[in-house]
Amino acid sequence: MIAEAGLAALWLAAALSLLQLFLGTAALREGGEAMLRVVRPVAVAQGVLAGLSFLFLIWLFLRTDLSVQLVAANSHSAKPWLYKFAGAWGNHEGSMLLWVTVLAVAGAAVALFERRLKQNTLIATLAAQAAIGLGFYAFLLFASNPFTRLSPVPVEGNGLNPLLQDPGLAFHPPTLYFGYVGISIAFSFAVGALVTRDVGPDFARAMRPWVLAAWIFLTLGITAGSYWAYYELGWGGWWFWDPVENASLMPWLAATALLHSVTVLATRDGLRAWTVMLAVVAFSMSMIGTFLVRSGILTSVHAFAVDPRRGAFILVLLFLYIGGALLLYGLRVGTVKEGSRFDFISREGALVVNNLLLTVILGVVLFGTIYPLVTEAFGEKLSIGPPYFNAAAGPVALILVVFMGAGAMLRWRSDRARELIGRLAIPVLITACALLLVVLLAPGIRILPLFGLVLAAGVGAASIAPLWKRNLRRTPLFIWGMVVAHLGIAVALAGMASEAAFTKETLIAARPGQTMGVGPYSVRFDSVEPVAGPNWTAVEARLTARRGEGSPFALRPQARMFSSPPTPTSEAAIVTVLDGQLYVAIGESDDQGRWQLRLWWKPAVTLIWLGGFMVAFGGLLALLGRVRRERRSARRLEEALA
Amino acid sequence: MTWVPNPNLARRPWGRKSVFGFLLFGLLSLATPASADSLLPAAEYADTQLPDPAQERQAKALMETIRCLVCQGQAISDSDAEMAGDMRALIRQRIQAGESPQQIRAWLVERYGNWVTYDPPLEPVTWPLWGAPILFIFAGLWLARNRFKRRRRAS
Amino acid sequence: MRRLVLWVPLIVFAAFVAVVAINLYAPADRVIPSQMVGRPVPQFALPSAIEGRPGLSSARLSDGQPKVVNIFASWCIPCRAEAPQLEALARRGVPLEGIAVRDRPQDLAGFLAAYGDPFHSIGADNDRRVQLALGSAGVPETFVIDGRGIIRHQHIGAIMPQDVPAIIAAYEAAR
Repeated sequence: MIAEAGLAALWLAAALSLLQLFLGTAALREGGEAMLRVVRPVAVAQGVLAGLSFLFLIWLFLRTDLSVQLVAANSHSAKPWLYKFAGAWGNHEGSMLLWVTVLAVAGAAVALFERRLKQNTLIATLAAQAAIGLGFYAFLLFASNPFTRLSPVPVEGNGLNPLLQDPGLAFHPPTLYFGYVGISIAFSFAVGALVTRDVGPDFARAMRPWVLAAWIFLTLGITAGSYWAYYELGWGGWWFWDPVENASLMPWLAATALLHSVTVLATRDGLRAWTVMLAVVAFSMSMIGTFLVRSGILTSVHAFAVDPRRGAFILVLLFLYIGGALLLYGLRVGTVKEGSRFDFISREGALVVNNLLLTVILGVVLFGTIYPLVTEAFGEKLSIGPPYFNAAAGPVALILVVFMGAGAMLRWRSDRARELIGRLAIPVLITACALLLVVLLAPGIRILPLFGLVLAAGVGAASIAPLWKRNLRRTPLFIWGMVVAHLGIAVALAGMASEAAFTKETLIAARPGQTMGVGPYSVRFDSVEPVAGPNWTAVEARLTARRGEGSPFALRPQARMFSSPPTPTSEAAIVTVLDGQLYVAIGESDDQGRWQLRLWWKPAVTLIWLGGFMVAFGGLLALLGRVRRERRSARRLEEALA
Repeated sequence: MTWVPNPNLARRPWGRKSVFGFLLFGLLSLATPASADSLLPAAEYADTQLPDPAQERQAKALMETIRCLVCQGQAISDSDAEMAGDMRALIRQRIQAGESPQQIRAWLVERYGNWVTYDPPLEPVTWPLWGAPILFIFAGLWLARNRFKRRRRAS
Repeated sequence: MRRLVLWVPLIVFAAFVAVVAINLYAPADRVIPSQMVGRPVPQFALPSAIEGRPGLSSARLSDGQPKVVNIFASWCIPCRAEAPQLEALARRGVPLEGIAVRDRPQDLAGFLAAYGDPFHSIGADNDRRVQLALGSAGVPETFVIDGRGIIRHQHIGAIMPQDVPAIIAAYEAAR
């Protein structure tokens, strides 16, 4: 019953989407007031129905309804309830339903809360959102139905992949999708504005909070995903430039550029064409990412569906949507008046460079991810990994970070080089001191981490500079947001550089009773005990770690074997201290009674994710600040008119 | 589509998992070589470090850029596949014997082609790849040239 | 000029779709062929993997007679599937040499007893050195090597009945 209800809700949502598109295009053509009033509620209803459908799926998983094929294939009655819940989106069909739900809910949110946009641009936006929804509803209903029944009903389900049985599954996909799919609003806004030829500061001011909201979630999702992979997979790495990781990074790069570009459009009426292009590119990257991850075209540890037929379906959708949007862009943007020009030494100038560098990094990441496919066509198999991406994108990212620090200090409209140099004096001084310190204390450091560390110090100082000499209580909230977000980037950069340069590793085959060292720690291997959990059994190592004369503490890494599906995993023991993390994993034993142990000392590694959260938090402050300012100015306008 | 775990895989305690790749493996298990584990213990230098820290650093740096032959997109430094362990042992032993990382990489590329290294070489087939960042920067600068006012000298 | 530039993203996207579509409809195989085909067999001397059988050395592979080298293991499931085809090759007079990867003598003996033993010699490659030196990326794989020790042909995966003619043809060509 529930499954059929869920499927029915999905069909209804799809039908409403079609209605929304039809009404929207009709309303634009005739300008009929009646149509205008209906489109908004239809969008809201669509969101509600899609949400209902998703809730039904969750319900099926929570009750482990094995008569539904998806539940039987991916769930198990002995699973902890959290993973029954989160397991709803731990598979292709379920995550695709989440995708479509976020799309519909985002459209509903725009219909409900968007007040500033011109009426017909809003209608065009909702129509565009409905158009996108149609294709993906079709994909879901015809090629990835989550509600198909299974007969005869199996006695037990296959279970969820143990690597996913982790709180990370509850957090990472939803936040990532709110961002990844939420940026579709920007795409729809852009298409809407191109259709109604309404690209200007008002349009930008209306779009900005939506872009911010999606971007905040995307930042959180990527940060969470990185930390999840770091502690779950047991290899101590936090980024591999894997195609699926790149698929989440590319929308983020475009969305970050869009975020800054939309501010220039809002305040100075510049960068019109570029802003619209970035809005189209950001969601295009999301769709391309969805395609790459689910088509099996690129090998990846993260790819969770390998089906070329479904890939072909999505490719057709990509062709229609991105091709359509870019076609519209080519045809219409030419008629959009060019915005104003800027002085190079000004905040706008720095933001143009920011846009440029982010787009370059985006291009490099996309090109590097796709290039093996190109060479395959010529018979040459290539692998492109961290050595390329770090070498190609790393230096550009460092230059970008410098502009980020300096740009926030520049005034709008026009500034003087001499004054800029004056403001940069302290950050440059700090950078020079950092350089001296690092070179003295860590002479063997490689060049990229070296620059990362010293620039993080200097740019960190520069990002706080806008607060200097301000009345902090009267500083607008969005300035605080900018400061916190930029500081977060510097903090994350410091963490990345430190991890790359100063990680210490010890690999050893040890017997109980043996002591080993890693970094400043001495670790004693005490014993190995068997332990069991709800759906797993494990071998747990007991270790005691000590730093110099400090108090000892315990570490308990496990080598687990889950029951359904039968899969071994490693649960590393991670202890976070003030200046880093101690990370220990246990492996197999050999026939001489020795156990393989892997120990890492990773100084300052937590700064990576702390920085990520700071960036998202800064975004939140900026969003609240903008919304508050809008409310205040709207109220003042009302009072003035009254 | 569901994935089917391979019951023949022995315990794999750590490293990045190619779990979802099992689906592909299941489909292709007859047509392509198998990647199950043997019953012999891991090679000595698969999971132990070289005594000389400088050599170990070199070996580690090389391992992080050599692709695992039987995994779904991992370096041999992060994989718990047995063959990855044997390749790590090979690299460590050769570094210990005095070979340079470039020599070892070249030896592997000689046998498996450029696919086995994550560091694409600088050859005609990869010129576009290595030239891309510079090309993109110049293209962007050229596109942005119209955004800026000509600086007027203070009168 | 601005007009033309505006179309660049669409053109780039079209190229992307083309590249990706080609890869979808003619997917690249995931096998990694050895680059040593056409090159001499690297020098090696493997001890015997099982009692009473000679080990395998590169010298034997360049003794004037072409050989077919089969890299296999008792723990390799697809290797069982190709045993009948190997028997068929042996019956045709094709000299078969074996390289057992990471195998224990008792397991290997059990495998040969269960699935047949068409090999003249079986070398024990317990650290995979020879497998890596040949450019082999897994088991089972089969190499056809001519009398002068040059690798002529590589077959990746289990030898199915339909693959036998190709291997025989490669063997004949190597004479």
